[in-house]
Amino acid sequence: MLSKIKEAVVCLKAGRVTLPYPAKPEPVPEKFRGRPIFDAAKCIGCGGCANNCPAREILVFDVCQELRILKYLGRRCTYCGRCADVCPEKAITMSHEFENGTNSINDIQQKLDLFMSTCQRCGRCFKEPSPLEQLKMKGYRFDDFENDRWVFRSQAFLEGDKVVDDIKIELD
Amino acid sequence: MLKNLCQKMFGRSLWVYHANSGGCNGCDIEVLNVLTPYYDVERFGIKLVGSPRHADVMLCQGPAMRSTARALKRAYDAMPAPKLVFAIGSCACGGGVWFDTYSVLGPVEKVIPVNYYIPGCPPRPEAIVYGVAVALGLVEKKTAPVEFRQTEFPIPRYHPADLSGEGTLVVYEKSEKV
Repeated sequence: MLSKIKEAVVCLKAGRVTLPYPAKPEPVPEKFRGRPIFDAAKCIGCGGCANNCPAREILVFDVCQELRILKYLGRRCTYCGRCADVCPEKAITMSHEFENGTNSINDIQQKLDLFMSTCQRCGRCFKEPSPLEQLKMKGYRFDDFENDRWVFRSQAFLEGDKVVDDIKIELD
Repeated sequence: MLKNLCQKMFGRSLWVYHANSGGCNGCDIEVLNVLTPYYDVERFGIKLVGSPRHADVMLCQGPAMRSTARALKRAYDAMPAPKLVFAIGSCACGGGVWFDTYSVLGPVEKVIPVNYYIPGCPPRPEAIVYGVAVALGLVEKKTAPVEFRQTEFPIPRYHPADLSGEGTLVVYEKSEKV
């Protein structure tokens, strides 16, 4: 009997622990990594983030010689922060945003059109790289933008237009 | 329309079924964390059930894999008609980091239709509560696609075709076309 009363007292002392979450915002820890934010004003379009992304969610595409499109899809982004680490201009910041629940997966994508300035006199001051050298060049990628897919560079160059195709199975 | 349907149909009782189709168990722990007293989702009427036949909502974790895709499809078909599917975590939303391995088919939307996405690896319990609250219409979604476009070239462009000679003097004209 006494133990039951003791238990009740303990329960009354404990109070309420439930957080009033969706009504009030909840602070995150200092080093928390949320959604990466791309700053178009700082980005120089080197493509280092695209080359270092483990999930291959940053796509780079050269529309013409002057314009480069950088697309962050964020579907399978693990918020590892490697893109922010590798960025030489600190154009990518890992924000504290974590409330990314949406009904459309395209809501978390970011797309930057970057102006790549060229030499005004000759247009191109570098020797044309051979296909084999292009493979090694940072940021020299041709991604499948229509299907939002990353292209295996070696395959794309060796086998023409063939891109990564997902395994298809038949569901009953 | 889906939102209205959600509010009308589900109201204050949402029974969730928790399906892992080959994830790393990180998202499972976060989902179960949501059911603890700290993020008490039973105040929204959300209850975890053990069978898809009792459930209104399916919480999918992990990518659709070769071995589990069929089972996931069957679990989805077993759910009664007004049903919602949440893809929780980056594996379910986009296929995960191992999206191009032989056993991973891709995101769960390759197998079953997905209504709501909660990205994160794993998402915070707050993010899961937020995603469910978005579906219930308690809060507005915060994300929107960001697009930065170059309206005009910052450096004036010159083209050899636009050069017009005036005696010995060469005049450059700014051209608008690329």
